[in-house]
Amino acid sequence: MSATTVPNPTTWDRVRTYSPASRYLPVVATFALFIGMFGFGGISYQGFFDWQVFLSLLLDNSFLIVLAVGMTFVILSGGIDLSVGSVVALSTMIAAKTMEMGWSPYLSMATVLLVGTLLGTLMGVLVHYLDIEPFIATLAGLFLARGLTYLISKNSIPITDETFVELAFASITLPGGYYTTWTVVIALATVVVAAYVLARTRFGRTVYAVGGNEASAMLMGLRVAVVKVGVYAISGFCAALGGLLFALYTLSGYSLHAVGMELDAIAAVVIGGTLLTGGRGFVVGSLLGVLVLGTIQTFISFDGTLNSWWTRIAIGVLLLVFVVVQRLMTRRQS
Amino acid sequence: MTHTQERGVTELPNDRRPVVEMRDVSIAFGNVQALDRVSMRLLPGEIHALMGENGAGKSTLIKALTGVYSIDTGRIVVGGEEHEFATPAAAQAAGISTVYQEVNLVPNLTVAENMLLGREPRRFGGINMGAMNRRARATLERLGLDINPGSLLGHHPIAVQQLVAIARAVDVDARVVILDEPTSSLDAEEVQKLFDVMRRLREHGVAVLFVSHFLDQVYEIADRMTILRNGRLVEERMVAETSQLELVRLMIGRELEVLDRLDRDHGRAAPNSATPVLTAVGLGRKGSLEATDLTLFEGEVVGIAGLLGSGRTELARLLFGADTADHGGLEVRSTRRRLRSPRHAIDRKIAFSSEDRKAEGVIGDLTVADNMLLALQASRGWLRPIPSATRAKLVREYIQALDIRPTDPNALMRNLSGGNQQKVLLARWLITEPDVLILDEPTRGIDIGAKAQIQTMVADLAAKGMSVLFISAELEEVLRLSHRVVVMRDRRKIRELANEDVSVGDLLEIIAGETRQTELEGPA
Repeated sequence: MSATTVPNPTTWDRVRTYSPASRYLPVVATFALFIGMFGFGGISYQGFFDWQVFLSLLLDNSFLIVLAVGMTFVILSGGIDLSVGSVVALSTMIAAKTMEMGWSPYLSMATVLLVGTLLGTLMGVLVHYLDIEPFIATLAGLFLARGLTYLISKNSIPITDETFVELAFASITLPGGYYTTWTVVIALATVVVAAYVLARTRFGRTVYAVGGNEASAMLMGLRVAVVKVGVYAISGFCAALGGLLFALYTLSGYSLHAVGMELDAIAAVVIGGTLLTGGRGFVVGSLLGVLVLGTIQTFISFDGTLNSWWTRIAIGVLLLVFVVVQRLMTRRQS
Repeated sequence: MTHTQERGVTELPNDRRPVVEMRDVSIAFGNVQALDRVSMRLLPGEIHALMGENGAGKSTLIKALTGVYSIDTGRIVVGGEEHEFATPAAAQAAGISTVYQEVNLVPNLTVAENMLLGREPRRFGGINMGAMNRRARATLERLGLDINPGSLLGHHPIAVQQLVAIARAVDVDARVVILDEPTSSLDAEEVQKLFDVMRRLREHGVAVLFVSHFLDQVYEIADRMTILRNGRLVEERMVAETSQLELVRLMIGRELEVLDRLDRDHGRAAPNSATPVLTAVGLGRKGSLEATDLTLFEGEVVGIAGLLGSGRTELARLLFGADTADHGGLEVRSTRRRLRSPRHAIDRKIAFSSEDRKAEGVIGDLTVADNMLLALQASRGWLRPIPSATRAKLVREYIQALDIRPTDPNALMRNLSGGNQQKVLLARWLITEPDVLILDEPTRGIDIGAKAQIQTMVADLAAKGMSVLFISAELEEVLRLSHRVVVMRDRRKIRELANEDVSVGDLLEIIAGETRQTELEGPA
């Protein structure tokens, strides 16, 4: 017995044998993928390994991060929201038009957020109370929002409001001479708030419960109606907020903005490890999903020789791989 | 139909008032009267059994009490106050918690969350995870359960999930806990664990309403019972003062006589034919069934006895071509045939009714008529529709012959009780006029009345020349119906015996062999 002594595990042993709980695995996988891709980029391209590249990645995708956060709520509850891209366009248009008419930028932004939330709430009501498939209800929302955008103006409207433009160009200097913008701060704040809501509030936990088994959640006496309408309202709010970030990014309102962006958001959420059937996933995963998509784009621009359509192909392949892996994992569990 | 509510009510002890009183509650769905002036009362510190066949109105009564259905007439008094619960949440708030047969929790959250979801302890507006886990652990300990509150619910077996569901019910400081068929998927040891928890609840002064098909369990645990039949109250009784036979008679009324008659008439006379219809020669499949020989003669019922996993279902699936054999073969009427799929089997006039009624039989959103005609349509091919006059005639005939209720051929299948669904599935195959009928657990989970009717029908079909392979976990049933019994164990056939003076005990001994008797499933 005493002849063999068990050596104290070294730090390396602990790292080597660390196995995360299975529910965190998809997020860990996405994180590893992101690190791997970034590392690969750093080796392949000159100047890729720079904090500023990472910060630009956040800056160029801040609106998508916010959209993906809202989408995460909806998908966790077992639904889907196809309207967010159109709501982004509508938001840019309302912001541009109202400011053109001389509204205060604050009133204009508040209006945008209100309209987005109301649209989301409306779709949630259709989904829950009228029992309409989320796919159909939000498809209707997609057409409605895009149509409203055209109704306001067929042409692109530039945003020239001084306060708004100032906000768009205001940069925050970080230690080391790096800089970022308020849009990034807003996007990351959204992620933090959403992560807290999902992990630590009754509303958030009920979102998971509804996604896990809606009939059970109802019989457990949980407030299913509040949650099901709520997630679409949140997604609508996030789409409007994403629209404002997009307006800050492009300084214009245009009916052809953000066409198909809802699909990018869904792709980011799925690549971030959230189960499309609901009940499993994390907001942080969605953030990582957006970063993975953004890194692919950064690759293309650094390479310079690749056609930008390679982005879509890469996203398609990644999405397929992740969905197949998810399927295999859930099958093994059942 | 005159009916007095005062009839058949037990004496109450002086010191206790009912915590729940339902008075003259009626509920109708369309023109079906699901509950007709039913009364029930529950006392604190008692286990009350709700008894009745499938379709007697037990589920409806429970759902009326828990706010899933709203009542048409009548009163529900809880703790001295009249209530009408609009939602399950409202019933829970009044101290009434329900644990359903299918565990209604969410598998993707932890045990603690499942127990406390919707009433988690909070701090600064957020959920206090530490306090939640402590509270969950305390409740689990109070019930004598050793379950890690931080583990994911979905990682536990159904029995543990069931206990967690009860723990959730108890945590609300429930005054009434309703257990709807909680034991149907538990083994003997797990049932005892559940009963321990129920006894603890009784000691804590909770009124427990217990619904179960297993009479022995009711007699082991319950104090008082309410008996329903056809949506009406039959009687309230003390369990200790009612014999099982009496109870069965109260529950099913006349149908029991059918079984007695079946025993007398059938007499297990040997079939007078020696024409083999279906012969398996060394039929087997790697990992599911060792080489098996079996011959089915015309007009014969062959029973298969064995434990779950003994290979009985696997044999049936091979005979039907649902799985393909990798050794041995089949002869249909002495001609060698290869059955590559159920289609081939149906073409050879073999029919198979699966044990998994829900997943492999019933199509809930189609009508009774559609469900019945599926197999016939499949065997004709989809390009040759059945003339509507023929359809109507066939459906009417079989609804009548099998006594299917409701008699409306356009009723949706999912609205039928388990027994009636099973009859529709039988009709589906009988319509194709098969030579061989393979029935895998045709009477599982259905009420005694429907069970008797199905057994009678099997005997009649055999008398008319059909060969039936009858698989059931209930050995009495196998012995009652079969001319020959095949015993299976460990994925192979171990004995085949003519059913003459064979008793359940004899079969048990053969099956048991070296396996222990306690591993027997079902009421043996």
